[in-house]
Amino acid sequence: MVKTETYTLNMGPQHPSTHGVLQVVLELDGERVVQATPRMGYLHRGIEKLAESRTYAQFIPYTDRLDYVSSMGNNLGYCQTVEKLMGIVIPERAEYLRIIMTELNRIASHLIFMGSLAIDLGASTGMMFGFRDRERILDLFDMACGARQTYSYIRFGGVAEDIPSEFIPALRQFLAEFPGMLAEKHGLLTGNEILHHRLKDNAVITGEQALAIGLTGPALRASGVDYDLRKAEPYGFYDRFDFAVPLGKTGDSWDRYLVRMEEMQQSARIVEQALEQLPEGPVLTKLPKVLKPPVGEIYHSIENPRGELGYYIVSDGSTKPYRLHVRRPSFINLQALSETCQGLLLADVVAVLATLDSLMGEVDC
Amino acid sequence: MSESLHNNPLAETIQALYPEDIKIIGEDTQQCLLVERERLLDLVQVLKHDECYQFNMLRNLTAVDYPDYLEIVYHLYSLPLRQAVLLKTRCLAENAEVPSVTAIWPSANFQEREIYDLLGVVFNGHPDLRRILLPDDFTGHPLRKSYTTGGRRN
Repeated sequence: MVKTETYTLNMGPQHPSTHGVLQVVLELDGERVVQATPRMGYLHRGIEKLAESRTYAQFIPYTDRLDYVSSMGNNLGYCQTVEKLMGIVIPERAEYLRIIMTELNRIASHLIFMGSLAIDLGASTGMMFGFRDRERILDLFDMACGARQTYSYIRFGGVAEDIPSEFIPALRQFLAEFPGMLAEKHGLLTGNEILHHRLKDNAVITGEQALAIGLTGPALRASGVDYDLRKAEPYGFYDRFDFAVPLGKTGDSWDRYLVRMEEMQQSARIVEQALEQLPEGPVLTKLPKVLKPPVGEIYHSIENPRGELGYYIVSDGSTKPYRLHVRRPSFINLQALSETCQGLLLADVVAVLATLDSLMGEVDC
Repeated sequence: MSESLHNNPLAETIQALYPEDIKIIGEDTQQCLLVERERLLDLVQVLKHDECYQFNMLRNLTAVDYPDYLEIVYHLYSLPLRQAVLLKTRCLAENAEVPSVTAIWPSANFQEREIYDLLGVVFNGHPDLRRILLPDDFTGHPLRKSYTTGGRRN
């Protein structure tokens, strides 16, 4: 009689699909996963503690370094939270610029998702294409604020500076070419039979499970739950735009992929409308150099590419936050890993990791 | 709902359940329900399962170290009814133990481990309470105000 026992395999911290520094300890029975335990903390910088010894404005660059492929959204979430706490109203033009930038950043972030999903499953061309097209968006950000990845563009009271004259023509050209770029990717990946077989019916998360685990963002919507903060609690001017919230049907890896692909198209629609409506005017309200929010506390959240990004700030009336907590979607979404991986094959774990799209800088905040 | 809890029928019904153990606190702009930790599990059961509340999402869970106590902060959201509520409970820094809500909202799992790791609050009944971001042999809880890094606050 053959006796078998389970064994442990350490995936990462340097495995390509662990997106940097996540280790997944897999307990395997042959090729079947019995238990998948994520271990994190390799990037932990204690950002919440650092916030307590910095002024409110000094913290903006730290937000860039959390989810570093969608830094605009992190800037926005933080600035809006402090603005809400202090009752600051920002100029219309700034609101539109914020929406243009964060939606472009959503496209850039989903392109990275698509690229890393492709390379995790062995399709390196998909990665090249994703990163190549993302460069176009980074060029636009470079024009607007001189940085390609850590922008600190969105500030209290508006945005750092107005866009230069060459920005709008370049953006229009990008928007004109974007449908073609997307079609190319659909041709390469969505129509790819191997990808189809690897993702379809893989790691199904039902809507109820997704809510219980605390999933938000595209991962939740892929399970068919209609919850998008841009619609549920519109911040900025989101109620002025016409866009759809793509939903999945079964909640498998394939749906998580398709929902993000569809979201890119919707983001491009929002940017187009924002560009149409973009008014002239100032982009920054005059504010004192050092802010002193009143005593109190606030929780505010926005829809970031990975889900609900929330900031909880307790102010004691001084120039520095008494306590600042970031509700990071990547961190909470990662909880889905152990549950969904049970019973899957080793190779499927890679697909689950890729479609959960957690970003380690944000996990180990 | 979190905007004004006074004269809010929902909040008043919740409060009437356990008048001794639940209070509405805070200024008009940031009111919340403060519950005694012994009553926490009873209350969250009601908040999640009762038809009138249906708070099926635990949006955010965190804790704050105040001079006199540690405060655990729960941001709840009801997807079917589209309403939010802020819930708090307190414990002393020396005796930092509160019941875990992972049985009600599994999404509390990592967040409670994070609070345990960084603030040293023990969540009774948590299925796997270990440090999550710092190494197992790390001493201290960095988000306690008594833990200093050399950075100055004022």
